[in-house]
Amino acid sequence: MIWETFVLALRAIRRNVLRSFLTILGIVIGVAAVITMVTLGDGATEQVRADISSLGSNMLQVRPGQGFRGPGGVRIPSERFKISDAQAIEREIAGLQAVAPTANRSAQAIIGNRNWPTSVMGSTNDYLRVRDWPLEHGRVFTEGELHSGRAVCILGTTVVKELFGDQDPLGAFIRLDRLSCQVVGVLSSKGQSSFGQDQDNMVLVPLRALQRRIAGNTDVEAVMVSAMDGVSTEALREDIERLMRERRRIAQGRDDDFHVRDMEEIVSALTSTTRVLTALLGAVAAVSLLVGGIGIMNIMLVSVTERTREIGTRLAIGAREKEVLMQFLIEAVVLSSLGGIFGIALGLGAAALGAHLLGVPFVFNPGIVVLAFVFSASVGVVFGFFPARQAARMDPIEALRHE
Amino acid sequence: MNDHAPESINGSLIRLEGITKVYGSGPAAVHALKGVDLKIDKGEFVAVMGPSGSGKSTCMNILGCLDTPTAGAYRFKGVDAGALSRDQRALLRRNFLGFVFQGFNLLSRTSALENVELPLIYRGVPARERHAMARDALHTVGLTGWELHTPAELSGGQQQRVAIARAMVIEPEVLMADEPTGNLDSTRSREIMELLCSFNRDRGVTIVMVTHDAGMAGYAGRIIRFLDGLIDSEEPGGGYRP
Ligand SMILES: Nc1ncnc2c1ncn2[C@@H]1O[C@H](COP(=O)(O)OP(=O)(O)OP(=O)(O)O)[C@@H](O)[C@H]1O
Ligand SMILES: [Mg+2]
Repeated sequence: MIWETFVLALRAIRRNVLRSFLTILGIVIGVAAVITMVTLGDGATEQVRADISSLGSNMLQVRPGQGFRGPGGVRIPSERFKISDAQAIEREIAGLQAVAPTANRSAQAIIGNRNWPTSVMGSTNDYLRVRDWPLEHGRVFTEGELHSGRAVCILGTTVVKELFGDQDPLGAFIRLDRLSCQVVGVLSSKGQSSFGQDQDNMVLVPLRALQRRIAGNTDVEAVMVSAMDGVSTEALREDIERLMRERRRIAQGRDDDFHVRDMEEIVSALTSTTRVLTALLGAVAAVSLLVGGIGIMNIMLVSVTERTREIGTRLAIGAREKEVLMQFLIEAVVLSSLGGIFGIALGLGAAALGAHLLGVPFVFNPGIVVLAFVFSASVGVVFGFFPARQAARMDPIEALRHE
Repeated sequence: MNDHAPESINGSLIRLEGITKVYGSGPAAVHALKGVDLKIDKGEFVAVMGPSGSGKSTCMNILGCLDTPTAGAYRFKGVDAGALSRDQRALLRRNFLGFVFQGFNLLSRTSALENVELPLIYRGVPARERHAMARDALHTVGLTGWELHTPAELSGGQQQRVAIARAMVIEPEVLMADEPTGNLDSTRSREIMELLCSFNRDRGVTIVMVTHDAGMAGYAGRIIRFLDGLIDSEEPGGGYRP
């Protein structure tokens, strides 16, 4: 009986292919949107996680100003860090592998008539240790160069490629805006970061050189710290926070005017962004399913009216109320489930394409697929019930007499 | 619903006592039936005649358990049909009654075979058996070879024969036909009547048929005339009598 009803429903749908298609379009689009975005979101999160674990999960950044916390909270004007802050961290805190004070400027790298916009990072050799970033060839800075802030630099592979092509850059002089400096080393390639930025497009110079010759101040923008193996970043973070509060004379009960973040926090900030996005999409999906459901209800009401004589015949022949109810309910559910199936197929297709274009992995999420299907089927039940009940409650004589 | 409802003591299959039917209420009320008493025995072929609006269809609907009387008692196979619920009446129709309507009422865009199978589906007959039974029924009404045609591809007489096959495929005890030949020319009408007579004669199916045509009524064993909501007269017909 159920099988017959199912076949009957399919046939009724096939009779009005165009009408059925238009009816389920709302559901198709809603489901496809959700599947696409959730799949892409999963892929992006997956990629960020992978990147961050390659970045080193034992890394901390100390920056002035407040962190991500608090929605639109008041930003306390904060004092910059100095080199002495980095030195204090190094001196006072145990369990550290390396401490690198850093400052950053964007600049044009120029040699001859070649010109390339890049990011100039001023730091010490410890920056390479914190980021676990070996040289390809050449050498790191000497103590003397670091101390005096000499104009020497280590190039990322992108800069080498853009300025030197296949030539050996070691020993050459390049200009970074007004600063002319000699290339002493080349970094190994690190590739793209999770934010899609090319990590190899950078030039490392001694911090003092950047401060004096490019930035024109003595500020440290961030202190990057890596923990020794087996040391918890959570404990380190507390130690650093205590030390910095002390040094910056922050009274008890007042907020920090600096911020220590670890990679976990960056991950969770990113995933919470995708969560907000997912919630937003959920709302869009709910609206489109609602609209789709109303469409189904509408078309089922039309169908019930059109088929009044058929319903009368069935009732006269001995169909019970619940059998007629089931017939139309199953028709509505088949209709909405078809919408769900098309939507899932379309969504997965779009997600695969999007993942390919955005260069994120395609992460198949069976949970959301099942959920989408169940949801679309229930739309059929909910919105098909009223028309089906109308059909089931018809008076057979009236229905048979209907024109 | 049980298939073995007790037959009434005196053997009457159908028994109406003081049946009235009122449509609407107040001054606009229509008294379609005003106290009908009627007995129909198993195996009878009864023709119902009477002027338009005299209550024939109303009475048929009550006999066929499609409608309930306003007052009076209706016993079908000894069971008080007035006490049955909507679903119980549906089951009673499904198991004991076949209907042939003036307008055929076949499902459009559905093959003759599937139309005939319809009542079997509700009886839960398995697909294979169903096909065989439906083919048989179509064969009996002379439509072998037309199984896969839809009503739109069949003539009026053929459509009515499909409708008869659909009514007969469940081997009902009673066949209710409300102006079964109303839409057909006299040759087709006679073919249909021959068919009904043969069911009555060979299978002992009780037939109640409404008609305006005295020629058609002549096939019946008994003719009942309605007038203004009451049975006006009864007379024997020219047809076969048990
Ligand atoms: N659903 C209804 N609502 C109101 N009045 C009705 C309804 N059905 C029938 N009637 C009225 O009941 C009376 C009897 O109708 P019925 O259909 O039984 O007549 P009939 O003998 O079958 O007529 P015909 O030969 O034209 O088919 C008529 O006056 C009709 O108008
Ligand atoms: Mg009538």
